[in-house]
Amino acid sequence: MKAKIKVTLKNGVLDPQGKAIEGALGSLGFNGVNSVRQGKFFEVELAETDKAKAQAQLKQMCEKLIANTVIENYDIELA
Amino acid sequence: MKSAVLLFPGINRETDMVAALEKTTGVKPHVVWHTETTLPKVDLVVVPGGFSYGDYLRCGAIAARSPIMADVKAKAAKGLKVIGVCNGFQIITEAGLLPGALVRNAQLKFVCKEVRLRIENNRTFFTNKMAEGAVVSCPVAHGEGNYICDPETLQELEGEGRVVFRYVEGTNPNGAMSDIAGICNAAGNVIGMMPHPENMIEALHGKRDCLPLFESLLAA
Repeated sequence: MKAKIKVTLKNGVLDPQGKAIEGALGSLGFNGVNSVRQGKFFEVELAETDKAKAQAQLKQMCEKLIANTVIENYDIELA
Repeated sequence: MKSAVLLFPGINRETDMVAALEKTTGVKPHVVWHTETTLPKVDLVVVPGGFSYGDYLRCGAIAARSPIMADVKAKAAKGLKVIGVCNGFQIITEAGLLPGALVRNAQLKFVCKEVRLRIENNRTFFTNKMAEGAVVSCPVAHGEGNYICDPETLQELEGEGRVVFRYVEGTNPNGAMSDIAGICNAAGNVIGMMPHPENMIEALHGKRDCLPLFESLLAA
């Protein structure tokens, strides 16, 4: 079973990398970029075939390691 | 004063920390590899600086979940003294021993320079030989030392005197909230800091400003 996990910074957490990208886009002539936030994307392949069990496993993985829930949100998408 | 210095793949400041502890406490620290599951019998554990696991995923994230950290967490909960310096601060924060998180420096640059630190709390086991409000020089070397936490946590830290070290106003090298350079937990037995006091204790370091920190360990 395949999963896609998106990890993004919580609202209010300063994202200097996103800001730098935003600035670089502006200097490339892309006007009207109001904001850029950078995140992370993970593809995870699981042996588990039961969707509910896989979802539970992935949630634990995110809570314990993949995301730092102090500063990040995560979103799990099961294929 | 028996101590242990933890070693993870990618850590590179353990030798300086071992030297500083040996010089100041008179006892050579144990160096403990991350795959160990039990700490030796010690009074203090130091998590040194470096780039554990190449800063993969998040700084300190993987090291924080290594086998030895389970024992560190269990013993810290019972009062074992723990100090995390630089990557060590990131590791113990990722491990949940301290609140908040350390993120990318606000100006996006790795900073390697000397900063001015104010001792905000001299009642800890690492600052008791310092005067409260004393200002010392101390080197920093990090790319992700920008301390952040939610407003409630910040209020708690400030209200309970748990901001132990603060960058002197106007010298904050990383954008950390409230110029925070180092904090302790509620019980006071876990301290994390971004600067490297182990590199400012002898004449060859240029200054010995941070020697009293290590001397504090003996009084604690």
